[in-house]
Parts: sequence; structure tokens; C-alpha cells
Amino acid sequence: MQIRLVKKADIGTRRQTLIFLAAIFLALFTTGLFILFLGLNPIRVYISMINGAFGSAYRLEQTFVNAIPLIITSLGIAIAFRMKFWNIGAEGQIIMGAFFASYVALNHSDLSRPVLLSIMFLAGFIGGAIWGFIPAFFKAKWGTNETIITLMMNYVALKWIIYLQFGPWKDPSALGFPKIPNFAENAILPKLFGLHIGWIIALILVVLVYIFMNRSKKGFEIAVIGESINTARYAGINIFRTIILAMVLSGGICGIVGMIQTSGVNLTLSKEITGGVGYTAIITAWLGALKPHWIVLVSVLFAALIQGSSYIQSAFGLSAASAQLFQAIILFFVLGSEFFARYKVIFDWKSLSKAKEDRE
Amino acid sequence: MITVAFLKAAIIAGTPLLFATLGEIITEKAGNLNLGVEGMMLMGAVIGFQMGYSSNSPLLALIFAALAGGIGAFIYAFLTVSLRANQVVSGLALTIFGTGFAGFVGQKLVGLKMTDEFNDFFRELKIPGLGDIPYFGEILFNHDMFVYLGFITAIILGLYLYKTGRGLNLRAVGENPAAADAASVRITRYKYIHILIGGALCGLGGAYLSLVYVPVWQENITAGRGWIAVALVIFSAWNPYRAIFGAYLFGGLDIIGFRLQGTGIAISQYVFDMVPYVVTIIILVIVSLRKDKRNAPPKSLGEPYFREER
Amino acid sequence: MKNGSAYVSMRDITKIFGTVKATDNMNLDVTKGEIHALLGENGAGKSTLMNMLSGIYIPDSGHIFIDNKENRFTSPRDAIKAGVGMIHQHFKLVEVLTALDNILLGYNVGLFVNKRIQKEQINKIMEKFQLDVDLDKYVFDMSVGEKQTLEILKTLYRGARILILDEPTAVLTPQETVKLFKIMRRMKNQDCSVIFISHKMNEVMEIADRVTVLRKGRTIDTLIKENSNPQELTELMVGRPVDLSIKRIDKLTDKVVFKVRNLRADNEEKVEVLKGINFEMYQGEILGVAGIAGSGQKELCEALAGLYPIKEGEISFKGEDLAGKNPKEFITRGISMSFIPEDRLGMGLVANMDMVDNILLKQYHKSKGFLVKRKPAAEKAKEIIQKLDVITPGVHHPIKNLSGGNIQKVLLGRELDSHPELLITAYPVRGLDINTCLKIYDILNEEKKKGVSILYIAEDLDSLLGLCDRIMVISNGEVTGIVDARKATKEQLGLMMLGNKEVDNAD
Ligand SMILES: Nc1ncnc2c1ncn2[C@@H]1O[C@H](COP(=O)(O)OP(=O)(O)OP(=O)(O)O)[C@@H](O)[C@H]1O
Ligand SMILES: [Mg+2]
Repeated sequence: MQIRLVKKADIGTRRQTLIFLAAIFLALFTTGLFILFLGLNPIRVYISMINGAFGSAYRLEQTFVNAIPLIITSLGIAIAFRMKFWNIGAEGQIIMGAFFASYVALNHSDLSRPVLLSIMFLAGFIGGAIWGFIPAFFKAKWGTNETIITLMMNYVALKWIIYLQFGPWKDPSALGFPKIPNFAENAILPKLFGLHIGWIIALILVVLVYIFMNRSKKGFEIAVIGESINTARYAGINIFRTIILAMVLSGGICGIVGMIQTSGVNLTLSKEITGGVGYTAIITAWLGALKPHWIVLVSVLFAALIQGSSYIQSAFGLSAASAQLFQAIILFFVLGSEFFARYKVIFDWKSLSKAKEDRE
Repeated sequence: MITVAFLKAAIIAGTPLLFATLGEIITEKAGNLNLGVEGMMLMGAVIGFQMGYSSNSPLLALIFAALAGGIGAFIYAFLTVSLRANQVVSGLALTIFGTGFAGFVGQKLVGLKMTDEFNDFFRELKIPGLGDIPYFGEILFNHDMFVYLGFITAIILGLYLYKTGRGLNLRAVGENPAAADAASVRITRYKYIHILIGGALCGLGGAYLSLVYVPVWQENITAGRGWIAVALVIFSAWNPYRAIFGAYLFGGLDIIGFRLQGTGIAISQYVFDMVPYVVTIIILVIVSLRKDKRNAPPKSLGEPYFREER
Repeated sequence: MKNGSAYVSMRDITKIFGTVKATDNMNLDVTKGEIHALLGENGAGKSTLMNMLSGIYIPDSGHIFIDNKENRFTSPRDAIKAGVGMIHQHFKLVEVLTALDNILLGYNVGLFVNKRIQKEQINKIMEKFQLDVDLDKYVFDMSVGEKQTLEILKTLYRGARILILDEPTAVLTPQETVKLFKIMRRMKNQDCSVIFISHKMNEVMEIADRVTVLRKGRTIDTLIKENSNPQELTELMVGRPVDLSIKRIDKLTDKVVFKVRNLRADNEEKVEVLKGINFEMYQGEILGVAGIAGSGQKELCEALAGLYPIKEGEISFKGEDLAGKNPKEFITRGISMSFIPEDRLGMGLVANMDMVDNILLKQYHKSKGFLVKRKPAAEKAKEIIQKLDVITPGVHHPIKNLSGGNIQKVLLGRELDSHPELLITAYPVRGLDINTCLKIYDILNEEKKKGVSILYIAEDLDSLLGLCDRIMVISNGEVTGIVDARKATKEQLGLMMLGNKEVDNAD
């Protein structure tokens, strides 16, 4: 038998969505087998996951609380990825954003709430931006591999927070327990409709990033650089500046997440501040095809997945790791499915019989 | 600080890095950037440990560790070679998968220990003659068999790449698959085989951590070593011989903080924990200053190949 | 000739890419010991057809017979086994390997390679066909001509009896072309079949025995060269009568608009590649630049567009010195460059983007504000398709899927559309079919009439002599002379290209 690939004509959004859904379904099916193998009923597990994610007002709220950082971080990552700048340092950028925002929160709690929160917001952006700027500078100047640098910087940032938490920033009133003091009331994000206003920030950012990437000149330049540096040069694009700008934005947006998480969810800084969002958001950004509107959808679904799986952990005795496995499997299937949107596979049985003849 | 014991320990700490680096070199030589090293190491580590614990057979443990890494690599190869998925994201997905997998399987293994009989398999073997040279003997020729194995693998890989016809074909696949294809090299086969071997080596690197280096099971046992290995590939300019040096150097960095603490220097342990990562960054930046055609990455690295695409 | 006597026979071959029918029931017969030319406009399906014969593409339907035996190739490997070797439009060589390694590639999988024996074998082949390749040289150090000879040697080493050359001369100097033709004749005498694709009619008339004409994915006719002529072939190709002469219009003014003084530049290895270039250009003239490939044309082009760092010198445009300014400032002053590199994509165009975005690339910074405007770019795209007959399914089709010639039309169309005052164009007709070439000459003349100064870099002496007002010859980074194109001869230019300072054409 001979397997032949034939390029498809560009297929419509509907077909594409269909293929995407098919991939998700297959992923669910595969994990289902896995769950079955563990001696559990997959249908029941899935149902209680849905229940855990959407089953009550509180759970729904938790799902959205999880979705907010995912959406924003994915947006930041999408900007970098559009430029084929493989920023896998969102984790570190979030942490640095959180660190800068916390510095302001812990030292200037005497400011009025709107002022303090605004400064924290800015500080968060700057913290992330600095962490995005460093790899971008090296990349733009000397072509230094950004993937590894951004990743290494995650570890540096994390170790830094651990150092603070166990050292200079340790709360003296916590009876030796290594934690950083809680924020003052002034430094905490207000709520709207029962949810901290991070969701408003997220929605505004979705619109802004959408416009930036699809309609703005800078966004266009970023896409051109992503496709071909040479061509960008010919078109007179300032490559150095554009790479830096893209990464300052990318890192800065992730930094905002750090501010939101400290001030809206954790109420202080800790080494668990990201909850792995920086990595999960790489998945959601990719699954959302780097498009802001899709990112929102995918992030909410993923947040539900995370929320749902933490709910079933106790109910079925599954570990946190199983949620991670689940996510990876979904990603595998969607990654693989893109192929079927681009190519048609033809199984050519004729050549099978012919090959046989040849052998005879 | 630079004592015989330290240098020896650096080599030991560098051995898992060496395996992983070699694995990634051979993968990248086939034109595939597999960022799943961390994941494959974890898969190898946990399966090796599980197998070793339940069978009490070091050999089985190693075989299964290699298989586990290979299976991880297979998923990656299927996605990127057959289905032409984006390599960066597929590799990341593999890392996430491996982390989850290790966490899942390892949950029941936390705190377990191997039997003495098992550990005896990995005892230090002094090489007769060489092992008795003052200083060098102790540093280089008095190790467990894993260390020697890593060293030998690097040499074999170097010979394979630069001296054999298949090695030549492999390099061509990574440089210019279209040219290799037109010259009748079977691209898909070459990519698969070398990605799988690469994965198996990463799996072995992980197993060294869980079986010999630590050797109890702990969550996230690799602690970013997979990523350092990816950096080491760049550092060693895709050359297996240089990878030996690089891996041992980073092995030294890995333990330096711990060693320094013993000397009573008053810097927080957490700051020292940053050292390997910061040094990796600095070294990568320095390496990127050197521009030489012969040190360049394989040209088609990261790009899918489809004959009819242009 | 009858089907029965054909050595290679392709029957009813159809290949579809997405929505594009690249070949539509094509037929081709080639006999032993003949040089068979394939002629067709850009996008006619020549490369696609040959790629199917060499196993790169798999036909959707149709049959391929070699020596009366049907073959179903699924990879180049199968085709090589059947004796088919192809030299592609873009070379398929591994740059970081030596010539020898490139030849051995994929061919030798014994444990360790015994290079000595292989070398002897290769040397024998080189003798037989009188090829000259330095086996230990790295490909990245080779000239285009050397690479091509290496490609031929590579296919011969694999025992090719059928050699396909896809536009081999597009990137060669006249001298290299002469050499190539010798090799081709030798192969013919050895009873090989040679299939030759070219857009240059004079070459086809010189070397081919028979010619098959393709048009829009279909086989039109196969003719014996002796019984045909360029006019007839072109008409078959295009499908209607065409006038083949190049027109020249007189230049309008004597106003100098562009002046280059003592321009020097180093390349990355710190070797001086431009060694004090001096020239000036009048408004509304076409100044040709002739030279052997790699004499500094590319660097000159880029330097004049602000893209190449210059060491010293003056580039003055309407009295303003632009040396050291950034590329955007060159663009805003109306200096536009289109460089058609040997590898067409990669510079100037974004392969994965559609026509609209590629046109936008030169427009977006002119509009005010923060946002880009795609509407006008889409309009322009449609205009260019109209004006230059670009064959494409639509303005939103990724550029990379167009045929080489059509990609080039998009690039040129875009550059002209920016209404430059100085147009630098390098190899604008490289790889284009005659009809399109003529169209492009017309367009250049049109621009000239409007008062645009055009720097026209080309390797084809006929077009230089026919189109330009003056020709500047460069050799090894130096100007060896500027001559009046109406009076110059090919021989004179040839000598100057080799480094002889201004030669009299008195004899
Ligand atoms: N790999 C491909 N993917 C999509 N479309 C293709 C591909 N190869 C060729 N085509 C399309 O098929 C048609 C024929 O292209 P082909 O390259 O065979 O033309 P050609 O006759 O060689 O032209 P040229 O003289 O410009 O090289 C073109 O319309 C082209 O856009
Ligand atoms: Mg062609």
C-alpha cells in the first residue's frame, strides 16, 4: 500500500472548527480509555468534572478566576509567537510582574486605593516587560536562542521569590512560617459581579491585542518578522526595535497577570503565585491559533478543565498530575489535527497489488 | 574548592546531562528540535524507578527507562514528522505530558528506596591501571558503569556522525532535507529512528537521576536539567565530543552551590540555586557571539518537511 | 516520432494542487540520444511535470513509461533507480558538505565510507564527460556554475540515463552556459536523454533536437527544431501572435539626478566587495549594469537602497547625500529597489502571506495613523494581476504557491506601483517567459517616459543592449567602464566583464 498526501485547497472556518472538535473528542475518548484502565467510569468522571467546573455559583466563579490569568497570559504569548519568538518565559514574566507589584503593595499601602492599584498595575507591567526585554535584547542583538533563555529566566525568577519568601520578605508575625505578609486592604483588587475586576482587564486586553495584531502597523511588522527577517529588512522595518517592542509587550502583559494574581487572588506574593499558568497558557495560546477571540474560548474551557479536575481529585482519588496529563493529551490531538486541515491522505491500494506483482 | 572530590562529583552530576544532551544532539541533527527533553527524562526516570523497584533488576530498569523515553519521542515524532505539527509546541506538549506522567506514576513511589543488591549494580568500578593514576584516576576512572556508558555513547555517536555513510545522510537530512531526499535518503525513516534513539538516551539520563544519583523518587526529580541539556546542545555546537566537556562543566555548576555552603560562605542557598540557570544564560549569550558556519545549527532545524511543499 | 520508439513516455498526466490544475492530461515523449526542450509560459506546468518524472511529486493520474515499462514512482529514490536524474530550479545540495560528500549522499550506507575508491570512480565519470569539480571543496564556497556541474556529476554518478535540467541557464554566465551545452551534447552522444527547460529562445534553438510546447497545463505540440522558428514557438506558447523585438525609447533629459562617488563597502568577512564605485544617472534613462555573477551587483543594489552598510563614499540623490541613512528614508525619497535573488522568495516577499499583505508591505508606512489599511492594497493586488497577467487563484492565495515567474511579477508589480523616482531592479526578468519579459520591458520603458531613472541589472546581454541607454560594466567590485548601449557589442562587454578596462569596439 502506498500512502499519499495531497495538499488541500484552503478550507473554510467551519471545516476547521469541525476538525478541531473532532480532535477534542478523540482526546476525550483516549483519556476515557485511560480512566477506564484505572478502573473508573469515564462518563461519570467527565460528568463530575463538568459539575465541578460549572455546578454551582462558587465553582463557576472559580472557573473564571482560573480563566482570567490564562486568557491574559495567552495574549502575551501570542504576540511573541506571532513573531516566531518562542517565549516560554511567561512563567517568569508573571512572577516578576507579581514581584514588582508586591513591592509597591507592601511598601506604599498608605496610598489611596485607586492610586495604589494603578501604580501596582504599572509596576506589574514593568516587571514582566523587563523580563521580556532581556531575552529580546540578546535575540535582536546577537541572535541568541530565546527559547532556552526565557525558560532559564523562569527558574531565576522563581528562585528569587523563594529567596524573598524564606529570607528578607518573610513575615515576622507568621511564627517562623515562611510566608510574605498579606497585602493591605488598599492593595486588593475590587470586585464586580462577584468577581475581581481582572476579568474586565482581560476583556479590554483581548480587544486591544486583537486590534494590535490584526490591524496595527506594528502588529503587521511583527508578523512579517515572524515570516521572514530578510524581507522585513528589505521593507525597511527596524528589526531590533520591533523585536524589543513585541517582547516588552508580551512580557508586560504577562506581568499584568502577576499583579492580578497577587492582588486579586492570592492577596500576597508566594512562590506558588503562577500555578503553572505560564506553561498552560502556551497550550491555550496555540490551541487558540494565536487569535485573541479564540484564546478567550479555549482559555475558559481549559480553566473549566483545571477546575473540574481539581474537583474530581478528591472524589475519585486522582492526582493533580492527571489533570496535566489530560491537558497534554488534548494538546497532542489538536496539534496532530491541524494536519488534516492542510492535507488529504490517500491510501493507494493499487500500488499494493503492484508491489506484490513485482515481488512475484 | 576544586578538589578531587569536587571534580569527580561534577562528572557524576554531569552524566544525566550528557545522556540528555547526546539524545538532543542526534535529534536535532535530524532537523527536529525536540523541547520535550525534560518530559522524556522524567518518563525514563519514573519508569526506570518503577521497574527497578518492582523487578529488582537493574537491566530491566534501564531497558524500560530507555523505552519510556523512546515512547515519548515517538509521540513527538509522529506529530512532527508524520503530521508536520509545529516542533516547538509539540516538544512543549511532550514536556507537559512527561511531567504529568511522572507525577502520576510517581505518586506511589515517593520515598521508596531500592535494595542494596540493586544499588550494588551501580557501584564504583575502578578501571585497572588507569584508576590508579594519582588524582586523574580517582576523578576519571573510578565511577559507576553509567558514567563510562555516557562517555562511550558520546564517542560512538561522534564516530557515527562524522565517519559513517549513515551519519553523513543524517547530517544532510538536518541541513537540507530536500537535497537529501533528492539524493534518495529516506527522510521519514531517518527522522523517526534518530528521534527515537534521542528519546531513549534522554530516558536513560532520567533513569540515572532516579536510580543512581538521587536515588529515591521525588517529584520533579529532573529540576530543569532537560532544559539545560537543550542549552548544552547549542553550547557544544551539535558536536558529541564537545558535549562531554559541556555536560561535566554544567555538572560542576549544578553542585557548586551545595559545595560552597559547606565552606561557610554566607550567601543564601536560594541565591546559589540560581547559579546554573544564570550561567546557562550567560554562556548562551557568549556562544551566540561566535559566528561560524561550522558551529551553526542544522539549517532545517524546526522546519517540517513535505516533499510537495515549497 | 512514434510512441513506440520513445524511451521516456508520459501519458495523460494530471496533477492538482489544491484548486490549481498544474498539469492537465499532459503528454511527453523523449527518445534516446536527444535533447528535448520544454517550452511554456510561467506556470505552464513544466517543473511540475518534470518533478513527477523524477519522483518528487506523485501524479494524481496518468502513466509514466521508461523503456516501455510502466513506472510508479513514489520517491526520488525510485526515479533514480529507473535512471532519472534531475537538476532542479533550486539546487538540491547541502551547503556545509563537500562536493564528494554531496555525491556520496544517500548512496553509501556501509559502516565506514571508503572515500578513496569512491573518488576513483567519480574521477572516471568526470573524465568520460569532461567535467571539472574539486571534490574536496565545500559547496558554500562554490560559484553557481560549479554547483551546477556538481549536480550533474551527482546524477551521473547515480547512473542517470535521463537527465532533466530545469532552467539551468537562468543563473549562469554566458561562459558557463557554453560549458553546460558541451556537457549536454556529450551526454546526448552517450545515448542519454536530456530534457531541457529554458525561457531563452536562442538557447533552445541552439541546443534542442525537438521542442514540446506547453500552455496552461496542457501539451500543445511537439516540433522538430529544424522545422520551426522562435516566432512560431512563441506563438504556440502564448496562444497568439507576439512581436519579439525589444523597443528602446530615447531618453528625455540630460539632468543628473543620482550621483554615486567612491562607494566602498566590506562584506561580513571584511573583504572589500565594492571598491570605489563612481557613476551618475540622468532623469528618465535606463542604465544597465553588466557583470559576471557575484561581481558586487547585489551589494551595490543593497547599498543604493540603504540596506548595505557602506564604508565610505557618497550617494547623492537630487543633491542630497543619503549615505548612512536608514532604508526607510531611501524609500520615502522615492528610491525603490526590487532585487530578484537566485532564490526568488526570501527577499522582498513573504512566502506565507497573500498578495494583499505583500503589497501592504511597501505601503503601510505611508498611510497615517496607527492602523494598516488593507482595502487599497487589495485593490492594488487586483490591478497588478490585471496588468501583468499574474496567474493566481486570488489575492488571498499565499504567494509561495504561485509559479516562480508569477511570484516575480507580483514583486515587480509592487515595486513599480510605489511610483519611484529611482528604480533599482536586479534580474527583473530572470526566469520569466519571453512574453512576460517583453511586457516588463514595456513597463520599464513606460516608467522611463515618466522620467523615472532606472538602474537595470541583468546578466542577459541581449536585453541589456536592446533596452538600455548606457551600460555600466562591473568586475570584481570595480567599474570597468560605462558604454553607450547603442554602439556597444557583446564581445566588448564580455571582455570588460572579465576585468579589462574600457575596450574600444573599433575592431
Ligand atoms: N508545490 C506546489 N504547491 C502549490 N501549487 C503549486 C506547487 N507547484 C506548482 N504549483 C502551481 O502549479 C502551476 C504550475 O507550476 P510550475 O512550477 O510547474 O510552472 P512552470 O511551468 O515550471 O513555471 P516557471 O517557468 O515559472 O518555473 C502554477 O500555477 C503553480 O502555482
Ligand atoms: Mg518551473
